[in-house]
Amino acid sequence: MKRELIEFKDKLPPKLLEDLERELLDKASGSKIKKIAEKIHAEYRGSLAEPGEAVGLVTAESIGEPGTQMTLNTFHFAGVSEMNVTTGLPRLIEILDARKVISTNMMEIYLKKPYSQGKDIRQIAEGLKETRFKEYIKEININVAETKMRIELDDKKLKDRGMTSTKIARILKKSLKGFDVRIDKDNSIRIKTSGEEALNMIYRLKEKIKDIYVNGVKGITQVLPVKREEEYVIVTAGSNLKDVLKLDFIDAQRTTTNNINEIEKLFGIEAVREAIVREIIKVLKDQGINIDVRHILLVADAMTMSGKVLGVSRYGIVKEKPSVLARASFETPIRHVINASMVGEIDELNSVIENVMINQPVPLGTGLPGLITKIKEEKGAKKKK
Amino acid sequence: MDPSVSKKVDKIEFGLMSPKFIKEMASAKIVTPELYDKEGYPVDGGLMDVRLGVIDPGLKCKTCGCKLKECPGHFGYIELARPVIHIKFVNVILDLLRCICRGCGNILIPNDKIRKHGAELEKIGQEFGVDEQRKKIKEIIAALKTITKCPHCKEKQMKIRIEKPTTFLEDEKRLSPIEVRSRLERIKREHLPFFGINPKSAQPEWMVLTVLPIPPVTMRPSITLETGERSEDDLTHKLGDIVRINQRLFENINAGAPEIIIEDLWDLLQYHITTFFDNAVAQLPPARHRSGQPLKTITARIKSKEGRIRHNLAGKRTNFSARTVISPDPMLNINEVGVPLVMAMKLTVPERITEWNIEYLKEFVKRGSKEYPGANYIIRPDGRRKKITDETKEQLLEELQPGFIVERHLMDGDISVFNRQPSLHRMSMMCHRVKVLPGLTLRLNPAVCAPYNADFDGDEMNLHIPQTEEARSEAEILMEVQTQLISPRYGLSIIGCNQDAITGNYILTKYLDLPREEAVDLLVAAGVEDFSKLPNKHVVSGKEIFAVLLPNDFNFRGYARHYKEGVDDPDAIVEIKDGKLITGVLDKNNLGHGSGLLLRNLHKQYGAARMVDMLGKIYRLGIEVLLRHGFTMTISDIDLKPEVQEEVKRLLEEADNDVNRMIQEYHEGTLELLPGRDLRETLELRILERLNKTRNDTGELVAKNADKDSHTLIMIDSGAKGNLLNLAQMSACVGQQALRGGRIRRGYEDRTLSCFKKGDLGAASRGFIKHGFKNGLEPYELFFMAMTGRDSLMDTALRTPKSGYLYRRLANAMQDFKVEYDFTVRDAGKRIVQFAYGEDGVDVSKSEGGKINVGHIIRTT
Repeated sequence: MKRELIEFKDKLPPKLLEDLERELLDKASGSKIKKIAEKIHAEYRGSLAEPGEAVGLVTAESIGEPGTQMTLNTFHFAGVSEMNVTTGLPRLIEILDARKVISTNMMEIYLKKPYSQGKDIRQIAEGLKETRFKEYIKEININVAETKMRIELDDKKLKDRGMTSTKIARILKKSLKGFDVRIDKDNSIRIKTSGEEALNMIYRLKEKIKDIYVNGVKGITQVLPVKREEEYVIVTAGSNLKDVLKLDFIDAQRTTTNNINEIEKLFGIEAVREAIVREIIKVLKDQGINIDVRHILLVADAMTMSGKVLGVSRYGIVKEKPSVLARASFETPIRHVINASMVGEIDELNSVIENVMINQPVPLGTGLPGLITKIKEEKGAKKKK
Repeated sequence: MDPSVSKKVDKIEFGLMSPKFIKEMASAKIVTPELYDKEGYPVDGGLMDVRLGVIDPGLKCKTCGCKLKECPGHFGYIELARPVIHIKFVNVILDLLRCICRGCGNILIPNDKIRKHGAELEKIGQEFGVDEQRKKIKEIIAALKTITKCPHCKEKQMKIRIEKPTTFLEDEKRLSPIEVRSRLERIKREHLPFFGINPKSAQPEWMVLTVLPIPPVTMRPSITLETGERSEDDLTHKLGDIVRINQRLFENINAGAPEIIIEDLWDLLQYHITTFFDNAVAQLPPARHRSGQPLKTITARIKSKEGRIRHNLAGKRTNFSARTVISPDPMLNINEVGVPLVMAMKLTVPERITEWNIEYLKEFVKRGSKEYPGANYIIRPDGRRKKITDETKEQLLEELQPGFIVERHLMDGDISVFNRQPSLHRMSMMCHRVKVLPGLTLRLNPAVCAPYNADFDGDEMNLHIPQTEEARSEAEILMEVQTQLISPRYGLSIIGCNQDAITGNYILTKYLDLPREEAVDLLVAAGVEDFSKLPNKHVVSGKEIFAVLLPNDFNFRGYARHYKEGVDDPDAIVEIKDGKLITGVLDKNNLGHGSGLLLRNLHKQYGAARMVDMLGKIYRLGIEVLLRHGFTMTISDIDLKPEVQEEVKRLLEEADNDVNRMIQEYHEGTLELLPGRDLRETLELRILERLNKTRNDTGELVAKNADKDSHTLIMIDSGAKGNLLNLAQMSACVGQQALRGGRIRRGYEDRTLSCFKKGDLGAASRGFIKHGFKNGLEPYELFFMAMTGRDSLMDTALRTPKSGYLYRRLANAMQDFKVEYDFTVRDAGKRIVQFAYGEDGVDVSKSEGGKINVGHIIRTT
């Protein structure tokens, strides 16, 4: 950093200093730099939000107003025509509600260097997909007399996924304890049941084995390699960040999911804040709506400031409000009043809506400052204005 | 009013009313269900007792001696013959009963563990609220296995169950409210905090009512019908039922009636009191009028959008306001509003008489209310209002002296607040200067349509006249149009030229050279009076005319809409040096709202007031140009040359062939699959892709061959209205109609319409419209068009309430976040949300697109 700029280090935000240094190049002389920096500082001071500014309401307006312009069409192509993702207003509502279950989970998996160049990208991608046993089955024959089941495997599929019949048999053995699982010479699998209800059992078993998890990452239902600039990225439907991060060939720093709940569990509240900001920006950008980041940051901060993710709803942010009347004015007023009466709550009338209710100036903007004057009593004059 | 009182209400405490409190608060004991005697006078001890307040004009309240509208009303009470459970507290009562010993009333936690769990509970109560706390206490008791036996007195505990709505059963035996109440009484006060009950404000036994407060009559006024009959309020009806049953219960108890009759009456009383509080309890039939419609009782009055809280308390109504249809008037300034004369004579501004303005104000009073500008009322210092009429005028004129207030008619230059619903952002309510005009509509400059989102197809808007000096100065300083130019949403100008104004300035700066006389005429019409900047030539160029409006020291460099990097086109780069427009045409990029970089720079350099003035002139200049130049759109603008028509035809045929080939491949199964898709989906995607390409190709073709000087193209190029896609749809091909993200597939079995063959997957049968609007659509094409049209209509209709609710939630959640004096953002509880607003503390509406323009500062230093 330039010598002249050091004294402004605490006075200007880092972004401005960065801009300043980049724009200055090396042309300007020391005194000029100082002059410029001072001017910028003055400009910066002038554009600060003033105390009392109702920034929360401005944010609500800025996000709420363009909401009418967004599409309701739930599905949209996320850059690739093959993948459908919730966008627009429904997605925005989903994010702001901080829903635990979202309608379309999606991940973007970045890969480490040799893998990201596109060689065998198909195979890598397919390997991530959660696969159940039924996908490897070609045919199931049930021998009623011997209560035996013979499963023919799909060789091509096995090869694609790098599986062998032995491996599959091992998995089956593990999850079907107490049954006799064997591999035949022709690579088909044979399962035998015994006991009283052997026949019934074998039919039930037939359905059961179809759903046995074989390989891939649980939760990932669809994979699609996409070329982005110089590298390949795997876009998936379904999300399981925790398990994907365990894989050694992925670039853990850039791999993300759109499931905020998952991020909270894995990385904690600060990461959630970041994720909320990113997801909202993604929706707005997709809809071609221009909103300043500051608003999105404020929403994200409001949702995460208590240390856990709160939705913008009666169960979330609104519930945390200190004022009874403010809560009551939103939704379910009776419940709030009843509870308040038992707890003996005191409404200090600090926020906006209660003061509107009782016809008093709201503590925002010009309603905030109070004036104290000493009234000089004039001698003799008793007139009151 | 004493002006030194700045805040009257400091805080509001919530709590339960004890029977004693109810009796102390009451001014009458209600003993009879009768309302009026034979003369129609309220019965003493009846529900309309005059001690409860007055609702008839002329009567005086017996309690406070006030008349109608002055008396706030007073509560009464009735003594209930038997206690009754309050429906809103049943869940709490149940929780309490389950957690305390039926014998000794102690909480079912051993003494040695009580402190440990107490702290735990308190923490949960603070963090998650009372509901969670009560849930937790039950869990603790269940975990301690004391639920079957009291750890204090070893009494065996029974299972307590609730039969909704209000019956408690212990081991399948009914617990009477008397028993419930006596158990609740036994709970130790020091144990109450564990249940989230503050013993100072609530005692559990008060949740079982022994005394019922009767709301004042002012809260349930009766109305007199035309026939002279009285119609009572729903609450009065309900209360009448309660009192009647209560009296009967008393009588029966005193007469020693059999238990079963008393029980029945008791239950009936419980039912009436329950429905008095809430007439929508799930298990109870709602109490009804004779006509069959349910009574609106207390809960229904408070709840929901039409309830007391949201409708009456959070929503205020106002006087001194007006509403009518709006119409445009570009000759008004941007910060003006045209007010019809009739409105101006009804709306008034109060002016206080002083020694210095008494003569001036007397003139208004002299003219009276029927002559403009006159006055409608005077207000005496004691607060009495006097209407100015021909009879009273003389007398009032004599009376006038300093200290009186004259409510004079609205005049030019007065402050007003102008609003259009839905008021989605703060620019939906701005302060305008009044300009009284003939006519019957409110008028505004079309440049401010954008912030209000107004058009003139019958829109109505509201006008408010601030009545105090404080309100007026706040409106003027904080809300006037020029202070709202920069949207706090993205930091750019939301007010700018639109439509004709853009076209006009585009034509002016691109094509026109005018004789000096005409140029001066044009500028005068736009409101310019100083022509020293106009070069002294016989013929001046449009650019020179435009530059007259710019300040002499203004420098600017920007790009026009058709700017492409690398293409050398002087018109594409807007260069202003020392207030002279050197090169470039002005279009939407520099003049329009939302982008308007030229406007943003003018605002930055010269301040809001000058920019508004300049914008007004630029706007008028554009319109005046069109007025003189003539501007229209013709059908022939859309015509295509025969060879282009042929080309379009060829493109469409090609597309059709390609689609058919793909369908054939699909049937043969040779179509190459897209990853993750089956054959059918692949086909749909491929066809969609192919047809969209065709539409774009025809669009490009049309754009390439369009007459650049046609008025339609001028509108498109300047960005005033329309785009090339619109043009292509009119002249060449409308294109694929998409429904739910794909081609149209709904309708009959295997086909969309009965005029197609079954299983036809071709372009035409799935909603591709290959004709242009001008040549007309085929019937089936029109039908497809109508389908998508309906779909988008539904989309809009469904979206509005959804986004409205999102907005309400956001606003409710964040309305009390504000920047504090230490520049942190905090909520009403003073908890920090952000250490600096937006991490750098910058107000977006004071920034340039959210940034501080470092480059600009460097260049100008």
